[in-house]
Amino acid sequence: MTATIPSTLATFIASKILKQPSRIIAPEQPLISSGLIDSFSLMDLALYIEDTFGVRIEDTELNADTFDNLTQLASLIESRKK
Amino acid sequence: MTTFSERLRSLHSRNPDRVAVTLQFSGATDDLPLTVDQLLRGANCFARALERAGIRPGEVVILILQHSEDLVCAYWGTILHGAIPSIMPFLTEKLSPERYRADLSALISVTQPAALITYPEFESEIRSALQEGDSVREVIVTNRMDRRSELDFDSLSGFQRQPEDIVLLQHSSGTTGLQKGIALSHQAVFNQLNAYGGALALHENDVIVSWLPLYHDMGLIAGFIMPILSGVHLVLISPFDWVRAPYKLMQSVSKYRGTLSWLPNFAYNFCTQKIRDRHIEGVDLSSWRAVINCSEPVRPESHQAFYEKFSSYGLKRDALQTSYAMAENVFGVTQSPLGSEPAVAELDREAFMVERVAKSPIDGRPAMKMMSSGRPLENVRVKIVDEAGSPIHEGKIGEVALQSDCMLTGYFHREDLTQKAFVDGWYLTGDYGFILSGELFVSGRKKDMIIVGGKNVYPQDLESLTYEVPGVHAGRSVAFGIFDEEQGTEEVVIIAEVDSEKSEEQQNIADAIRLHVTKNSAIALRHVKVVDPKWILKTSSGKTARSANKEKFLAELRNGALGE
Repeated sequence: MTATIPSTLATFIASKILKQPSRIIAPEQPLISSGLIDSFSLMDLALYIEDTFGVRIEDTELNADTFDNLTQLASLIESRKK
Repeated sequence: MTTFSERLRSLHSRNPDRVAVTLQFSGATDDLPLTVDQLLRGANCFARALERAGIRPGEVVILILQHSEDLVCAYWGTILHGAIPSIMPFLTEKLSPERYRADLSALISVTQPAALITYPEFESEIRSALQEGDSVREVIVTNRMDRRSELDFDSLSGFQRQPEDIVLLQHSSGTTGLQKGIALSHQAVFNQLNAYGGALALHENDVIVSWLPLYHDMGLIAGFIMPILSGVHLVLISPFDWVRAPYKLMQSVSKYRGTLSWLPNFAYNFCTQKIRDRHIEGVDLSSWRAVINCSEPVRPESHQAFYEKFSSYGLKRDALQTSYAMAENVFGVTQSPLGSEPAVAELDREAFMVERVAKSPIDGRPAMKMMSSGRPLENVRVKIVDEAGSPIHEGKIGEVALQSDCMLTGYFHREDLTQKAFVDGWYLTGDYGFILSGELFVSGRKKDMIIVGGKNVYPQDLESLTYEVPGVHAGRSVAFGIFDEEQGTEEVVIIAEVDSEKSEEQQNIADAIRLHVTKNSAIALRHVKVVDPKWILKTSSGKTARSANKEKFLAELRNGALGE
């Protein structure tokens, strides 16, 4: 895989959740507290992460307490890979 | 001729210790079985509380409660008191409190309830929606009730009600829908249960498993009232729990040997895509004799995907069924005959689109598939009419009209709407469809209403919300639904024209629209397109033409012009 975790996540969020494929999401941009990602989309994100990065993330695990931007989400994924 | 209260008394005298309802909760909380006796004792507390508060039989009581024993008992308690219950959704973190309060105040002003029942955490929210001089005389809070319960049927005023009296109100969703409380009589509900129960061959050994919200007709009738009044065990899951953990439906069916469930079409896709195999290891779905697709357009592709995912867990192919239903007819209008798969018609696409007629495809021409919603129930007559209201030939597409002995008494306090709904004794549904070999196929809608995941939303409401966002001018937004194949339901698209042509500013406005509409409506908005002035097509009279704008949007999507 050539793309980094944050950029892979950014592509998925822009195209599948925001339906704006060319949109650029900055690594530190707030996603949940800003309302950009609604709670129904978090489940899609969890499934995508499991399938793409081969880690286990339960549906209810992703929420405002566990991450708010791409950098935090990427480190959550990294910590699961070990 | 009987009433809800009489039926409850007879179920109690027959077998008070039978489990009527099992409530399931999230987390590690144990399931809660309620016997008929426990259910009616719990209900009795609420009936007495209403009596003490001076609420009279025939007055409306609004219930705003979470999935709980109290919700179930408050409903039947209101019935036992002879008052008219109506369940309203409670405020979730998704929705803005201001919007919720405004909607609730609007509902109170039309429906004129005498009391509300809620839980302590929600009391202040309710009180802030009340106004000086409105109809509400009492707010009953569940933690301040007397829980002693002497079950003395003869002194309950619900037994004074007559079969033709109004027993309950159903409110459809959407701001426009809130103004329409559908009033149903005891007799209408029993007529529906007899006919629909007959079509299902409903039996006391059945087990109905439901996660559907009770403020919606499918949840309220099929997933609550029918099992309880028919003496069939109901297993009830919270809708909020299901949406976060859809595998719970499969686990419940397996655990309780569930035989019947109802799902809107999107839920077939949702379960197929979102349930992980590790959550349903060892689950056995072979007891499911009917999983009924209802309340959204039914799609054979959704059935196929669901079957492929769950067949190895024992799901039977012919368990996948369809129904066409509406609250104005209590619930079911048609039901596909159980025991075989619903009919799927292969149609000539051009004849369907252009001539508005269902014909077999001519060799080599593009075909399309449509799935039947089944046959009219034995107490329902269905006909297809043209614009003038005259019946048309089999296979021709027109508006679905119906007649039955289970129609609404009327829209509560809206005699004007009731008058308009019927023409020559036929109820006009606003849905388009056709009949082939006695089976009803529903093909579209007359109104602009959008159905998202079983919820009805009105584009007018969504456009009004868009105008509240700074930078968007009134009259310069359009909302419509596009069918999303992957999700098996419609998805809302909102297009808004703004003065600024700077892309950063346009993006900020798009985000603000997404957030505002999600906070203030029943849907989670994803598709927003902010465009330069003059994008939106208007009719010659200056009105926004939704279908023309939808075609333009889809054409841009196809041409890949949709960069942003």
